[in-house]
Amino acid sequence: MKIDVAYVAELARLALSDGEKAVFQPQLENIVGYVEKISSVDVEGVEPMMHGRPLSNVFRKDEVRPSLPAETALANAPARTGDEFLLPKIVEGADS
Amino acid sequence: MKLYELGVKEAQEGVVKGDFTCADIVRSVIERFHEKNGEIGAYLTFDEEGALALAERNPKAVPIAVKDLINVAGQPCTCASKILRGYVSPYDATVIKNLKAGGFIPARRANMDEFAMGSSTENSALGVTRNPYDTTRVPGGSSGGSAAAVGGNMCIAALGTDTGGSIRQPASFCNCVGLKPSYGRVSRFGVTAFASSLDQVGPMTKSVEDAAILLKALAGHDEMDGTTPDEPVPDYPELIKGASFKGVKLGLPKEYFNTAGIDPEVKRITDEAVRRCAAAGAEIVEVSLPHTEYAMAVYYIIAPAEASANLARFDGVRYGHRSAKASDVFSLYTQSRAEGFGPEVKRRIIMGTYVLSSGYYDAYYGRAQKVRTLIKRDFDRVFGEVDALITPCAPTPAFKFGANQDPLTMYLNDLYTIPSALAGVCASSVPAGFTRDTNLPVGVQFICGGFEEAKLLKVSKAYEDCNH
Repeated sequence: MKIDVAYVAELARLALSDGEKAVFQPQLENIVGYVEKISSVDVEGVEPMMHGRPLSNVFRKDEVRPSLPAETALANAPARTGDEFLLPKIVEGADS
Repeated sequence: MKLYELGVKEAQEGVVKGDFTCADIVRSVIERFHEKNGEIGAYLTFDEEGALALAERNPKAVPIAVKDLINVAGQPCTCASKILRGYVSPYDATVIKNLKAGGFIPARRANMDEFAMGSSTENSALGVTRNPYDTTRVPGGSSGGSAAAVGGNMCIAALGTDTGGSIRQPASFCNCVGLKPSYGRVSRFGVTAFASSLDQVGPMTKSVEDAAILLKALAGHDEMDGTTPDEPVPDYPELIKGASFKGVKLGLPKEYFNTAGIDPEVKRITDEAVRRCAAAGAEIVEVSLPHTEYAMAVYYIIAPAEASANLARFDGVRYGHRSAKASDVFSLYTQSRAEGFGPEVKRRIIMGTYVLSSGYYDAYYGRAQKVRTLIKRDFDRVFGEVDALITPCAPTPAFKFGANQDPLTMYLNDLYTIPSALAGVCASSVPAGFTRDTNLPVGVQFICGGFEEAKLLKVSKAYEDCNH
């Protein structure tokens, strides 16, 4: 199985150096080759298991409760402005 | 006897009787820390003043070491990753609240494999942890710091987390008791997520009784973690009193005993453990878990898939490392993650993204979830036949640093611990003996059905008693 490591890394929002790509390529193909063994199992009519324990909808009451104060939530922010997280411009082309 | 040598039971009795205080224990552990941590490296950080101040306020509490992915308000929580350097937890995880309510205080942050991905703690980006029984060898992982702290008498007990064996394998390597609770028994709120359909928090201790005491404090329903049912928590320490193998049917899964690559000494020690259980009255029954051979493959699809989704939150926006090279939002994500994550984390994110990507989802993730159902059914069936299973815990004793360079070879360390994690049942590792030539500790694994922790602890205690 040939994996396009550069493409998958981009999907994962992960920049990889050429050195990392060269190391990961054979390792990932080796791992994918190993996990391929599940293709031989007969799973006809078998339900998928999503969790370690069967779960149905778990709801709590729809009511407002105390949450982290803004100052606490922002305490670890790499950059902030007032009560907001500060980021580079997201919308392309819209000079303002 | 030094206070740092105590287990949970003796420490609790001492503080209650007034023989010593929590601060006395913390001072003793600090002394031990200065004596040993340079060599062992079990801890990443030790806020000595903070720990002492907390202990002074709680004279009858017992301090517990915490794996560095569990949030404790005001303390760092790095997950042994560069991406979380400098992060300070804004709140307590539910397990920490439960510990405090149960007469414990969190103290000290134990090293681990970065984001709990690994079996040797060699993937920590922040420090090396050595096995206290042989410092040329790894402590196991991913809860390697917790295991080394318990095995090296650098704490009273510790918390670890187990996704595919991360409590049990290091417990086996460092001669301590490790218990992975059933999925849903213990809340994960405030515990950094690795693979959410598998992760559990559990105790790592010096005795089975200590594990019972800690589990009682940790377990229970939490409305902040929807996977925890509102089922009562049994009085585990009381229930294991007088535990014996009389009338206990112990299953020997044949797939765990005919494995290529099992170390001959591990095999000898496990066989001896089975003989002791039989001599103490257990009825030994051979059973079969026919889908065992697919468990590793299922795990290395499901765990990376879930990790790739969980670790998407580390994007340099709200907390954690932000790259100085970022020129726009896209490069802010890709560069912050490139600079912050170590190689194993990157490998698993790519693997997980790949198996979830368009065109591959059904063949990998979807199919793995179905095979997982078959693995679970194997366990459901055998627990209709026997009370508990006994198996090796890890295929080898602690190995040398750098011995498993190839990722896939490293993954095979979790051969015996992964199937029960996938099935969501509970399992323990209990010290069983030492290898003859190298004198390294080896643990034996017991497995019971979902929410059968009382049974698991009884069997583990009965074994501990007959192994003395």
